[in-house]
Amino acid sequence: MKISCEEASHICTKSQYKEASFWEILKLRLHILYCKTCEHYSKRNGTLTSLCDRAGLNVLSKEDKESMKKDLEKRL
Amino acid sequence: MAEHQLHPDNWVDQYADYLFNYAVARVSDAEIAKDLVQETFFAGLNSAKNYKGDAAERTWLIAILKRKVIDHYRKINSKKGKAEVRINYAASSDSEGDWIEEQVADPFSQDGDNTLENEELGSAIQECISKLPRKQAMVFQMKTIQGMSTEDICNELDINPSNLWVMIHRARTALMGCLNDNWF
Repeated sequence: MKISCEEASHICTKSQYKEASFWEILKLRLHILYCKTCEHYSKRNGTLTSLCDRAGLNVLSKEDKESMKKDLEKRL
Repeated sequence: MAEHQLHPDNWVDQYADYLFNYAVARVSDAEIAKDLVQETFFAGLNSAKNYKGDAAERTWLIAILKRKVIDHYRKINSKKGKAEVRINYAASSDSEGDWIEEQVADPFSQDGDNTLENEELGSAIQECISKLPRKQAMVFQMKTIQGMSTEDICNELDINPSNLWVMIHRARTALMGCLNDNWF
């Protein structure tokens, strides 16, 4: 059941996208109980997720960027 | 030689998303925002010879975009009936006849503050993303902002899931370090 900090932090990142399995989450929780460093890391990672949600970021689609590049190249 | 130089061939990759977010926040229409970004790049190219290198490329482009946003509002305002001022008691006909007291600003509302703060947050995140290695930035954006599935991203970029998670993990760790502590 014991996992390394490295593994814990990777599970933590996965869980930000709800893609960690039940067992992984359990292992992570257990790890956090005795590892302060990972507890801190998990907290910050969670905050980053909510920050990204709150910022309402937008990106241009790949196609849009390609066509922009082409138009720009024509004028270079 | 000047401190900064222009690299128009990198503009789309480096600044398109950043400029796009800035524009969307101001015109609240993705199509118009996209056109404004495109126009900004063209205008930048046309006046590249006037670039003195005092400001960073990105700052310079944002300054152009600002002008474009203003021009956009000028244009749509001149299309609306000129010199016609209409003041309605109620913005929508639904609330016609309601008491005017109900329409004063809610002193407890933090909507304005929040919008401003989120916009600042958005540019802070964008700026940090642009400092990431290109592939990491790409994977992070696909996963976090576009919300693509792991499988789709792997297929598109021809990587395996564990590569993907390593990249996302590195990107997130770097972002946590880059984002000012004020945000946490």
